Amino acid sequence: MMTRVRPFWPVVLFVALLAVPAVGVHIPVVFDGPLNRAGNLQLLAVGFAFGIAAISYNILFGYTGILSFGHALFFGAGVYLPVIAIRRLHLALGPALLFGLIVTLLLAVAIGAVALRTQGVYFAMVTLAFAQAGAVVVGKNPGQLTGGEEGLSLPAKTLPTWMVGVIHTGNLYLLTLAVLIVVYLMALRMIASPTGHIWAGIRENERRVEMIGLRPYTYKLLAFVVASVIAMIAGNLYLLLLSGATPSIVRSDFTVALLLMVIIGGSGALWGPVAGAMLYHYLNVRLTTWAASGAVAALPGVIGRPLADPPFILGIIFILLVLFFPRGIAGTATTLRLSTRRKPVREKQQEAMQGEL
Amino acid sequence: MSTLIFITLTGLALAAMYFLLASGLSLIFGLMDVLNFAHGAFFTWGAYAAWWVISTQTPVGHSVSTGVFVLASVVAIIVGAVIAGATEVILLRPLYRRTIYQVLVTLGAGLALSELTAVIWTHDAKVFSQPAWMAATLVIAGARVPANGLVLIAVALTVLMLISLFLRYTRYGLIVRAGAENREMVQALGIDVNRAFTVVFALGGALAGLGGVFGGAYFKSIDPTIGSVNLIFAFIVVVIGGLGSINGSALAAAIIGVSQQYANYYAAGWLGDFVVVILLAVVLLVRPGGLLGARR
Repeated sequence: MMTRVRPFWPVVLFVALLAVPAVGVHIPVVFDGPLNRAGNLQLLAVGFAFGIAAISYNILFGYTGILSFGHALFFGAGVYLPVIAIRRLHLALGPALLFGLIVTLLLAVAIGAVALRTQGVYFAMVTLAFAQAGAVVVGKNPGQLTGGEEGLSLPAKTLPTWMVGVIHTGNLYLLTLAVLIVVYLMALRMIASPTGHIWAGIRENERRVEMIGLRPYTYKLLAFVVASVIAMIAGNLYLLLLSGATPSIVRSDFTVALLLMVIIGGSGALWGPVAGAMLYHYLNVRLTTWAASGAVAALPGVIGRPLADPPFILGIIFILLVLFFPRGIAGTATTLRLSTRRKPVREKQQEAMQGEL
Repeated sequence: MSTLIFITLTGLALAAMYFLLASGLSLIFGLMDVLNFAHGAFFTWGAYAAWWVISTQTPVGHSVSTGVFVLASVVAIIVGAVIAGATEVILLRPLYRRTIYQVLVTLGAGLALSELTAVIWTHDAKVFSQPAWMAATLVIAGARVPANGLVLIAVALTVLMLISLFLRYTRYGLIVRAGAENREMVQALGIDVNRAFTVVFALGGALAGLGGVFGGAYFKSIDPTIGSVNLIFAFIVVVIGGLGSINGSALAAAIIGVSQQYANYYAAGWLGDFVVVILLAVVLLVRPGGLLGARR
């Protein structure tokens, strides 16, 4: 019975999200004003873009078991490369995106090929170093290329009119949602493919994959490049949504944010990180407005000042999640669902999950 | 010639600061296999603790006395050790045997602890006062070198020597060396490895705190990101030197610090950080275990 009903829910959710720009539902407390207000659509759409980035990170971390600390670099490439191509090479939007794709591919293959010669923590640090180099270049603004701390804005006249202006936020919302769905289905397909099984094998036991005559290196590089390109696509959407680039998204803090999204959502299921990304972005935006509001200022300084600092709160949330809910929303949901089922099945499933950890 | 001496000595000063961070990271990794992302926060807390002591203990209008600076250093070492020890006991102990979650929890702790300094003392940079003789410049073979840089180098060399003695001649040093070789065997022999974990963490925190004091003095100003900025270079130093090797960290720190200064001086200001990444890539391609690390 359950298996017949379940595939229905994603479709319902999808139709509901699709209808959002057209129908102005009020959700008090959670959102200000009707849901189809530009600000709310923007909030949701950036959440979708982060969701795409979180899917890409999950392919690396959750499914292949590679912990990269440099993933922000590829999201940043998706944000910066097209805008630089438009401003400096005077390309139109389409060719600029293509230019970004080619450069990102080369970058991902080169960095992946070097970094994947190392494993585990070494890999984490090498990717961190590469991402840091990227952040340094963006921050130091060589030849006025990246705009330094101020970032770069996307010239409106180079964009198709249906993307420009606050009244067209709904269009970008639908575009981002569509890309999210496509990426989600593609990732689902990839994970179920023979390559996906080898990725899972590498996560569980790399030595065994080697024993059956496969080269884990090749498959890990493939996962790295695929994840990098998806992160770039997320960056492209982010660029269009914000119509500009800011240096904060290439810093290592953003990789930490991606990791946080995946951990909040749970790396076990593909939808987990998307939910995690949406929740993370929502909390980040909401905590900032909340901190600036009078409610926090009225509290005594000892309590109010930590609460007015979103990174501090996110750090604490991160610690609590890792300590108490290491499997995130998706993992906790699975545990809850299993606990309502018959016992033998549940035990079997839990054993399987413990093996996973 | 004087320019070369200047760049080399300031490069070594930078190296000394990286080493104070990297040595603790390396010890912790050697024993626990944990890459400690909270290490930068210990550095930041050391710097802020020292700044707080100096600014409260120095009367307005007076210069900082050497006694107050020494007191500030001692407080910073204690603060670093206590925060690090507490982090290990409260956050890492429940996650033993789940290394990846330990790394993640140090990441959260690093974020929250660094940000806590911003919560208490705001994000604005603070001027880090120091005794007049440390803020002065000395003339060595025609090169004008900041005295605090030379002090930093002396401190790092002393620390290198003390850690080597600690590892070689004390019981805990023996446990740390044995644990890095084969942790299960050490446990099987009935030695409480958990306590060694806490000791190593506290020691690493103390060194990071010390790094914070002299790093703050060298930069003459501190802000809440000072630790995390230097942590990235410390990571690179540890990897190039070989994880778990103190001598490797010292050697790698010297290479990184000096080449960074040379690149920054002779080329664009951002090239120094780039050179470091290229060095890292080259070392990992040629010797994946690091310069003095165990071959794996």
